[in-house]
Amino acid sequence: MTEHVLSYMVFIPLAGMLVVLCLPSDRHDLIRWVSAAATVPPLLLGIWLYANFDTTTTSMQFVERAAWIPAFNIEYYVGVDGLSVSMLLLTALLSFLCIFASWGIDKGVKGYFALFLLLDTGMTGVFVALDFVLFYVFWEVMLLPMYFLIGIWGGPRKEYAAIKFFLYTLLGSVLMLVAILALYFYSEPNTFDMTKLMDRSNLYGTEPLAMWPFNVWGWGFQHVVWMALFIGFAIKIPAFPFHTWLPDAHVEAPTAISVILAGILLKMGTYGILRINYPMLPEATADLAFWFLAALGAWNIVYGGLCAMAQTDMKKLVAYSSVSHMGYVMLGMAAFNTQGINGAVLQMFNHGCITAMLFLLVGVIYDRAHHREINGFGGLAGIMPVYAGFTALAFFASMGLPGLSGFVSEVLVLLGAWPKYHALTIVAALGIVITAGYMLWMMQRVYLGPPNEKYRDLPEINGREIFTLFPLGAIVVIVGVYPRVVLDLLQASLNNINQMVISHLS
Amino acid sequence: MDLGNLASLKLFHPEIVLAGTIILLTILDLVVANKRLMAYVGLAGCLVALGATAELYGTEPTLLFHRMVALDNFALFFKVLTLVALIAAIWMSIGSGEVKQVHLGEYYIVMLTCGFGMFFMASGSNLLMAYLGLELVSLTSYILTGMLPHNRRSAEAALKYLIYGGVASGTMIYGMSWVFGMAGSLDYAAINAAMAQGDGNQTGLFIAFVFILAGFGYKMAFAPFHMWSPDVYQGAPTPFTGFLSVASNAAGLAILIRFFYPAVSTLGQEGSWTFQAFSAVQWTDLLVALSIVTMTWGNLAALNQNNVKRLLAYSGIAHAGYIMMGLVVLNNDGLTAMLFYVVVYLIMNLGAFLVVMVVANATGREDMEAYRGLAQRGAAFPAVCMAVFLFSLTGLPPLAGFIGKLLIFAAIIEGQFYILAVVALINTVISLYYYVRIVRTMFLDDPTPEDGPVATTFSAVPLLGVLMVLTVVLGVYWGPLLDYSTGSLGFFMQ
Repeated sequence: MTEHVLSYMVFIPLAGMLVVLCLPSDRHDLIRWVSAAATVPPLLLGIWLYANFDTTTTSMQFVERAAWIPAFNIEYYVGVDGLSVSMLLLTALLSFLCIFASWGIDKGVKGYFALFLLLDTGMTGVFVALDFVLFYVFWEVMLLPMYFLIGIWGGPRKEYAAIKFFLYTLLGSVLMLVAILALYFYSEPNTFDMTKLMDRSNLYGTEPLAMWPFNVWGWGFQHVVWMALFIGFAIKIPAFPFHTWLPDAHVEAPTAISVILAGILLKMGTYGILRINYPMLPEATADLAFWFLAALGAWNIVYGGLCAMAQTDMKKLVAYSSVSHMGYVMLGMAAFNTQGINGAVLQMFNHGCITAMLFLLVGVIYDRAHHREINGFGGLAGIMPVYAGFTALAFFASMGLPGLSGFVSEVLVLLGAWPKYHALTIVAALGIVITAGYMLWMMQRVYLGPPNEKYRDLPEINGREIFTLFPLGAIVVIVGVYPRVVLDLLQASLNNINQMVISHLS
Repeated sequence: MDLGNLASLKLFHPEIVLAGTIILLTILDLVVANKRLMAYVGLAGCLVALGATAELYGTEPTLLFHRMVALDNFALFFKVLTLVALIAAIWMSIGSGEVKQVHLGEYYIVMLTCGFGMFFMASGSNLLMAYLGLELVSLTSYILTGMLPHNRRSAEAALKYLIYGGVASGTMIYGMSWVFGMAGSLDYAAINAAMAQGDGNQTGLFIAFVFILAGFGYKMAFAPFHMWSPDVYQGAPTPFTGFLSVASNAAGLAILIRFFYPAVSTLGQEGSWTFQAFSAVQWTDLLVALSIVTMTWGNLAALNQNNVKRLLAYSGIAHAGYIMMGLVVLNNDGLTAMLFYVVVYLIMNLGAFLVVMVVANATGREDMEAYRGLAQRGAAFPAVCMAVFLFSLTGLPPLAGFIGKLLIFAAIIEGQFYILAVVALINTVISLYYYVRIVRTMFLDDPTPEDGPVATTFSAVPLLGVLMVLTVVLGVYWGPLLDYSTGSLGFFMQ
């Protein structure tokens, strides 16, 4: 049983999807419960994985491998290190909670939950795959269900948002495919095995290519491959200027899908950079990190924050706040020291929880009032006190209030970045002020002040909604008070990744 | 081995079976009133021929009929492909409402004859034989395209096809005559020997080869010889369009590979080929340019199409461009990738046309609006299948089309044609847009009241199921098909 734990985590949702497809389409509750049941084993296995994970070693654990296509040396090869386990936990938890957040979907229930479970398989697969082709397949498997989930169950501009998301991410992934194939043919003997490719990281050429414009920039093979991968990942993060799909997709998607998008899909971008760009292309990483990770990250922080401040739609505000907060991840990992990289990955985890809460909270109010205009409310705290309490927790966590999880990761990132990039760190610290600005301003306009008469009878947050919010809130507090629950998991693996690049820093 | 006429007949039974079926059908057409029977006889004949072909697979490569026809795995691969396409097309025709209007007897006879011609396109080892095969395919295609009675589009398409075809084959045979003049023979081995001496007139050879490429390219719908394809796709009866889109493409590829590889190139170390006809002009540059133009043109033109058959025609042109990338690298990896791609393309494209037929049967329309909200109009299964085929055509994993593209891209990246790779990838992204347009219409748009229910043609369901399952399975486990493609690269060399 335990030697296949990762496969179970990946494929149980897929099995759930097949079961759902066989159910009669008018038995809505049955479909919902079956889907929920399919997301429970991955969550339990994730917790088991967390408990049994050896935090002292840097090698891949719970490895499974089997030949898949021998002619091309393609394997079914999965395994986890600390970085993947943290993301895996987040995926399992959010998938489980999002089933309950989707309970209110009553159009095409069968299709929705089937696609959702397929999406779950794709996401889990990405975080465990150690074979490049397997990684790519899982990466792309997420696209199809996402397209339909946004396109069918989304808001008024769903079709535009869905195709935009699809085209952007496909553009990114085809560039990634070229990079994967280039690495495959560059390695000798040819392999898609990611761990082997990491071991051979010194073999990828860094001599400037003879072709314009690479000869001017001094880019070698390694740099070009790095860039192709980076664009693919940057679209997912999303880093400026590839972020424009995000506000559209987030705003139009149904609540649960926004949660998945912001909580997990965005993390795949930074996960990919840490998993692939750092260990496989360390020299290029060292050369390009300043402009494309640190500076772009700082720019993301400020740009996303300022955009968020200008929004009047709550969901759009949260969407832009994601752009801003993912900037900390990029800045932190470009610091190449323990605080920076640990802070970055902790920020990935924390942002996953916090932004999920924010989207769920917006969903709660949208279900009741059927709009999300920030200026259309007022005094909700008096009408829905419990709801306002959860909102306050999420807002303060997002702002980085000490004692909550966002604070720890942001401080670690800033501490890590300071010795290397003074100016950028100051800019990034300004971002915290901007965050506080738009969050408090939204708080004031929506929850404080005189109650809006129109909404005097809004029902209080119900049990199901509390059930989806409470675990996330608990994690926010626990990690805020005692961050070692996550940091211990990450330390060894991240240190290992860091070391690979540090030797190439000039 | 080089066999004479009588000795050859022993290794010729697929063709004999097929020819026998055609004759039998001709006779049956005169005596049988129930024309459905014709379809079943044709189907049975194809199945027997398929069995006979499969049985020959792996026999020692041989030249039949005094070096006219080659019997090798490569030819057998394409014969199997042709027969599979024929079987699927006949099966589709049984359920097609459009085909009911035509003279069924002639329809099946001419269709089988078309397949018969493709056999010789794949196996001809003499320019004359190859040309005859190609002409037989062309003539029967003109007839089938124009077969719909009282349909102006069908008649117009047939005439266009005929004129383009006439010009293309005239050009090609003119090029062949130059080759004959310089090599002194039409036999592939003799041409190869003459080219190996390398003392031919460079300009003359270049012109001759471009002319021949134009003829072959016309069959595969390479730009700029693709003009016939959208009209023919739209005008011809849908089952035949499906057949034409895959089988004619495959046969064109077969004749092209057999001529440009074993006939005029030499196989070197580790599966790499050297093109030896001329060296003054970079042959690969020409192919790269042709491939880029073809795929880009096809994809851009497809963006704005409102008729699904026409859209699929442009998508077919784009796919011809993708397939052609395998030629550029001049090695066996590229050839394997092309063979693999053709099989996958056959599966997904036939599937797409089958759905087009189902919709046309129910609504009598082929435009995009006919697909509005298809999933909610009682045709959820065809709609889901169509989505699978279209995403596979785009090249998304875990579907077969992705693996086809992966192999081709792998070949060109190994050959370090990075610019071609990037252009092709951007084309993939462009193509997503128009394929998804159909998916969006089917799933995201709600049907209007005047869109009636769509009853799924009963006979189409099993075939759709098979094609969809194959599309998914080959996307996940494609080792066996890859081995089959690799194994089919045995050419008869001498």
